[in-house]
Amino acid sequence: MSSASQANEHVAHHFESAEQQRQSAQLGMWAFLVTEVMFFSGLFAAYIIYRSLYPEAWTVGSHMLSIGLGGFNTIILLCSSLTMALAVHAAQTDKRGASARWIILTIVLGLAFLGVKMVEYSAKIEHHLVPGAHFHLDPAQELANLQAAGVQVGDHLRHAMETVNTAHVQLFFSLYFAITGLHALHMIIGIGVMIWLLKTTIEGRYSSAYINPVEVSGLYWHFVDIVWIFLFPLLYLVGRH
Amino acid sequence: MSEASTNATATAAPKSYLDDGSTIRSWLLTIDHKRIAILYLISITIFFALGAFAAAAFRLELLTPQGDFLSAETYNKFFTMHGIVMIFFFLLPSIPAVMGNFLIPIMIGAKDMAFPRLNLLSWYVFMAGAGLAISAIIAGGVDTGWTFYTPYSSMYANSHVILAVTGAFIAGFSSIMTGLNIIVTVQKMRAPGLTWFRLPLFVWSMYATSLVVLLGTPVVAISLAMIFVERFLGFGIFDPALGGDPVLFQHIFWFYSHPAVYIMILPSMGVISEVIACFSRRRVYGYTFVAFSSLAIAVIGFFVWGHHMFVSGQSAYAGVIFSFLTFFVAIPTAIKIINWIMTMHKGSISFDAPMLYAFGFLGLFLVGGLTGLFLSTMATDVHLHDTYFVVSHFHYVMVGGGVMGFFAALHYWWPKMMGRMYPEGWAKFAAIVIFIGFNLTFLPQFQMGYHGMPRRYHAYAPEFQIMHVMSTAGASVMGAGYLTMFSYLIWSLFKGKKASANPWDSRGLEWETACPPPTHNFLETPVVTQDAYSFDLPSVTCVLEKKDKPEEHRV
Repeated sequence: MSSASQANEHVAHHFESAEQQRQSAQLGMWAFLVTEVMFFSGLFAAYIIYRSLYPEAWTVGSHMLSIGLGGFNTIILLCSSLTMALAVHAAQTDKRGASARWIILTIVLGLAFLGVKMVEYSAKIEHHLVPGAHFHLDPAQELANLQAAGVQVGDHLRHAMETVNTAHVQLFFSLYFAITGLHALHMIIGIGVMIWLLKTTIEGRYSSAYINPVEVSGLYWHFVDIVWIFLFPLLYLVGRH
Repeated sequence: MSEASTNATATAAPKSYLDDGSTIRSWLLTIDHKRIAILYLISITIFFALGAFAAAAFRLELLTPQGDFLSAETYNKFFTMHGIVMIFFFLLPSIPAVMGNFLIPIMIGAKDMAFPRLNLLSWYVFMAGAGLAISAIIAGGVDTGWTFYTPYSSMYANSHVILAVTGAFIAGFSSIMTGLNIIVTVQKMRAPGLTWFRLPLFVWSMYATSLVVLLGTPVVAISLAMIFVERFLGFGIFDPALGGDPVLFQHIFWFYSHPAVYIMILPSMGVISEVIACFSRRRVYGYTFVAFSSLAIAVIGFFVWGHHMFVSGQSAYAGVIFSFLTFFVAIPTAIKIINWIMTMHKGSISFDAPMLYAFGFLGLFLVGGLTGLFLSTMATDVHLHDTYFVVSHFHYVMVGGGVMGFFAALHYWWPKMMGRMYPEGWAKFAAIVIFIGFNLTFLPQFQMGYHGMPRRYHAYAPEFQIMHVMSTAGASVMGAGYLTMFSYLIWSLFKGKKASANPWDSRGLEWETACPPPTHNFLETPVVTQDAYSFDLPSVTCVLEKKDKPEEHRV
């Protein structure tokens, strides 16, 4: 049986069977993802507390973010999760070429996400919304700009703009940059993992008998996506209403 | 304990892990969990010496009420260095990364940890973190205390906070890697027949510890990262001027750092279960209760962090709940202590050095735990908060509990790790000296704290001098004990009597292989038929050894 012998050569010396090795790899990645959830949770805790303390700053802050770019990025990441899942499926069914192509597409989507993120960041830098000495926000001016641009300003937003303490908006942007920055760092690491996965896939290291690295890298990629699925509504959407 | 693993003496002795390659490369690039454990052992010994040096410096300063030996700033830097080094670079990795790494695969009949390369990486990450922390010390030190409280650490401290914080952050990932490895190894790599309720209690407690590591360490990592962005990038997450809340840092920090106390103490509890059973020749009383109390401590430990903030402006209602939950942790802890005492009851007790340390653990940890009740009571905590009472309390827990457990483990498994016996007489002597020195150091601190001596001051009111002198004298005695231990352990590496495979006549699986074990631990995968405490049955190894050399089976 060629697949059995293939399986054996991939079983590391300290495992009894390919199945034991596979289960260990999966459990290890799930346990790691638990630590990742806890890692982000500290920032989410800060988010929850400050949002409940300063709701008007969250209203103003989320209005300064671009729903269009954020939504576009959400779609990009959802697509990348699909391509990742297809890459894993192709590897499971011994379609090495297809797997490599899906991984390339995942990398491209990941890079696109980061590109859009850079556009967003540079707009924030231009508008002096980066927390620190250069932070500057004039809510009255912003309100006037919105009205000049013909945007329908609801009472909720008008009230927030009129009463907000700009220091609190700076707090919002501190958390915005900390959380999305940490997420972007995870994306960069994820793309690094994908490039390695692509290299090893092309080398022919994986087959239906041994795909642990593909599977666990996929888990990691999906996790990073899911974090964004939480970040997008929390930062861009809920503050608006 | 097992049927198939009778390899140590039955077949030609295989190369031990210590002899399997002698080049530097064979050590630094090893993926053998036993060699990685030795790398950790060497590293934490160095850090222990460094932390002890800092303690010696500020204990000297405290001999007189005036600040004459160290300036106030230098004093702050020394106690910070003592805290950071001892907690992040000695206590947290001590039993998990040394004993856990060495013993867990052997105790469960596996050839290695589940992820050997991750295991090696964890040591390098640990050393990188330690390197950063030490470079902070060399660059001029950190003066925030090991707790890095904001806004001092994020806005005002004029010392190398970023380096130290990054060091602790990176070291955290090393403990996550070790914890993750232990969880997966225990879940997936147990030998045939080794059910959960046949596992040694040390494995149970390491499993519980690793759960705490996995759930807690990332949280402290993010709190340190937030200090980093606040100091380095000028963000203001805890800045009161922006409406940020410095106490939020304390919440996030203690969400990890209180469970971290259990990361330091749970492994010791596991060691004590093993040692007390072996030297009382009895099965651990109430095995299931002891096993589950480890998990209970791990879980409840996550809901008590607020007792560090009774006087930080936390709501009194939150304080009541945290106070109650803190009392609640005493229950699983008491279950353990009572079960250990019941294990000794009617046992045939011998007083070898590991058992002396276990006795030391029982007494000192009990004092540490009971004084904790004064601190978890809100009314008394208002008086005792930030005094030497607190300092003494957590040293009774961390040194009296954590370090005593580590020393018990070090002596109990020394023959297994090194293949040589330590000198029993000297070991007993050092154990007693350390016990006396420890109590002389910290008992007066309870008294001082109760009378209002605040912690972290380099100068103090003259009426406290006599107790500070006693404390410094005790620290010197303790230091002499440590040096004695260090000397005879090094001596024993070269001149100690060769150890037989099972010098304590134990029943655990780790004693069924040679001392020191071969690289893959067992020549063939053992099949386990009993638990690790079947002292009513002869050990397989002993029966074989008796056949070979009847007089040597018990050293």
